[in-house]
Amino acid sequence: MAKYVVQRVLLMLITLLIITCICFVLIRMLPPAELPLNDIHTQVIEARREAQGYNEPYMVQFGIFLKNIFTKWDWGISDKLYFGQDVASIFAEKLPATIFVNLYSILLSIPLGIALGIFAALKKNTWVDYSISTLTMVVISVPSFVFAFLIQYFLSYKLGWFPFLMKAGKDYLSWSMFVSMLPTVMSLSFGVIASFTRTTRAELTEVLTSEFMLLARTKGLTKAQATVRHALKNCMVVVLPAIFGEFIGIMSGSLVIEKIFAVPGVGGLYLNAINARDYPIFIMVSCFYTAVSLLASIVIDISYGFIDPRIRMGSKK
Amino acid sequence: MSMQNDVKFEKIPAEKFAFVQLDTNIHDKKLETKSRGYLADAFLRFKKNKSSLIAAVIIIFLLLFALISPMVSPYTINDKDPVYTSYPPYVPAIAELGWGIFDGATTHASQNDLAMSAWKGIAVETGMNPVLGIVNVNTTYVMYRGQQKANNTYTIETNRYFETGIVYRVFKYSEFEAIQQWQNETGIQVIYPYVESKDICDITDNPNIWYQVSDSKGTPVLDENGDFIPAYSQNTALEGAPYDSIRIEGDDGSYIYSAKKSGAVQCRVSYYNYYIYQNGMEPTYLFGTNSLGQDLFSAIGIGARFSIIFAILVSAINLTIGAIYGAIQGYYGGRVDLAMDRVSDILSGMPFIVCTTLFQLHLGQKVGVVPAFLFAFVLTGWIGMAALTRKQFYRFKGQEFVLAARTLGASDRRLMFKHIFPNALGTIITSCALIIPSVISSETQLTYLGIINLQEFAGTSIGTLMSQGQVSMTTAPHGMFFPSIFVSLLLISFNLFGNGLRDAFNPSTRGVDD
Repeated sequence: MAKYVVQRVLLMLITLLIITCICFVLIRMLPPAELPLNDIHTQVIEARREAQGYNEPYMVQFGIFLKNIFTKWDWGISDKLYFGQDVASIFAEKLPATIFVNLYSILLSIPLGIALGIFAALKKNTWVDYSISTLTMVVISVPSFVFAFLIQYFLSYKLGWFPFLMKAGKDYLSWSMFVSMLPTVMSLSFGVIASFTRTTRAELTEVLTSEFMLLARTKGLTKAQATVRHALKNCMVVVLPAIFGEFIGIMSGSLVIEKIFAVPGVGGLYLNAINARDYPIFIMVSCFYTAVSLLASIVIDISYGFIDPRIRMGSKK
Repeated sequence: MSMQNDVKFEKIPAEKFAFVQLDTNIHDKKLETKSRGYLADAFLRFKKNKSSLIAAVIIIFLLLFALISPMVSPYTINDKDPVYTSYPPYVPAIAELGWGIFDGATTHASQNDLAMSAWKGIAVETGMNPVLGIVNVNTTYVMYRGQQKANNTYTIETNRYFETGIVYRVFKYSEFEAIQQWQNETGIQVIYPYVESKDICDITDNPNIWYQVSDSKGTPVLDENGDFIPAYSQNTALEGAPYDSIRIEGDDGSYIYSAKKSGAVQCRVSYYNYYIYQNGMEPTYLFGTNSLGQDLFSAIGIGARFSIIFAILVSAINLTIGAIYGAIQGYYGGRVDLAMDRVSDILSGMPFIVCTTLFQLHLGQKVGVVPAFLFAFVLTGWIGMAALTRKQFYRFKGQEFVLAARTLGASDRRLMFKHIFPNALGTIITSCALIIPSVISSETQLTYLGIINLQEFAGTSIGTLMSQGQVSMTTAPHGMFFPSIFVSLLLISFNLFGNGLRDAFNPSTRGVDD
């Protein structure tokens, strides 16, 4: 198992390196942002660019880029959007908002999703199951920003329960901030709830019809005992890794939802960086997104092995 | 040992033999029922699935909508009205029926008496009453100079298209002539008499005040019947150009209709009628207008056309690439499989949004926005298809019919595409039906975010329409509502349709929802 984990992590790091390299070179190939004349930062940025090897071959630049990250955690200086500021610190400033919003969202939606999924599976082929499944299907199909619009229009505008946009500021734990986050949290939750409902339902219906469930009943367990002890446990083999993946994924957040509710998070930073052509920020956020998605997939893979010994054995084929 | 066994069969004379069936054909009993192929079988199963069938009908309806709506709409995507922006749905013929639909209705809250008199002013002058009805009256009493005074505020419903009333427009002399000519032909009053600001307490920013006022807020001076007293200019020295056309009621010929404005004339123009003069018809917007003043009805159709064609194109390309890639991977296996897996691993590790942005930045200018967008979709989109094909190939490649074909000397390519691939086709085709909605969904999101801008290529897109609708969401929710409904319906029915198709082709996976 240890060997498998090490193998997977190494492979992930290589993949990350290659993707970062491709992104880096592609972005450096674009002409760097024009710097304003007569600005005190201009000279500093030019000196920094010189130090980062802007006139050297791309692979040398990439080497310097990596060296700066590993030795000084230096991701460069923003040359458009936050003129003259350190990219890494801007990024660190934006991350909490995204994490808080998404954390609240999954804390709300994962239990709800799993509960609905279990409920639907236990009531399989009844109207309860049909209506849950249909709703799930609808929620998964409809883009998240349609829900965001509905929430914003009805709950924030018509009923006035929530503020329109997320509150500015850094008091992420205050009550007023929590209330202003709720529309965002709800919009993010729909998709997560639906996907967990679907996974849980599909998995549990399959487990419920397997032979060991019959055995469990035969040896005298009640239906509830058999379901909780045997069926749910087996169903979690699939659901638990998905939860882990979801937790890793909270960092990247949702561009669309963050834009609609003006969440001062990573998504907004990324969009602004693209629109302003601020390449240093763009590189950092791209690397971040790549790392998060790779990390999520590897965590899912490895957790399968930890949770279910059968899969661990299977990996050695 | 019975006696029969003792019979000697060694020498049976030839004449003892007789043909059993010399003249009749030997054959199996003819099949009573019609034989049914794989496709027919799948179709039969599909027909049993009611929800998919409904979804298919809705898809056809939406496709027809996308095809027809830009054709039947009187407006093109380039018709952008500067005044009627983010206006609600309005169809004059239906509005006249008074059913409360398509009447361009908007609600205005807390309108005081002054505002109400302004609405009345528009109604009296243009003959088009913007106020559809009073929803609610809120009376408060205040003490004013020792007396109790009732203060009414109203919540009213108005027709937004009539709300504009009169606007100032500056015309060249020739244009002014042309409008007069048109007025004579149609009898529709476009140009209204001029009002000098000195006659209305120096109000310059409100062309809708045509009556005598007592202050610069526009409080009207009423006569003994409670009617407005006109303040139209009769100052011939001001007149910009001769007016020889229909005049408003109550004009004895002394009102002037234009004012000099450096080589041109300024007029007070009824915007609604001016619109008819310009477009040859009354404003007719089935879905209302968006924030650019485009007709939403045709804009949704145009956006949807692009989305659907693009999604079909993407899935066709991804299907081809993925099928070939996955076939090679699955068929050869071993090292080839491993190496090719690494390539697809790296590509799939790249976040789609990053990939799209990079393609836009690099190729957007060179090859155009749409091809760059297409590349972004194709770069990572085929991976799922390849994985699917690879799995199918692993399943089939060891089977006897493949072995038999190989023994007969079939080449690798023949084995892959003639023998194995058709067996995997059902699975592949059905997953294609599920790719289409996912492409439409991503495309909508990216255009909504503004990372991709299709306005030059396609005119507009659903995502762009939604982001425009978002801007004026509180005052004009229809701008967000109609595109949302359209895209949601499209995606739901495509997904339902795809699921039904998959169940029909692979009955064994029925009910497994992913």
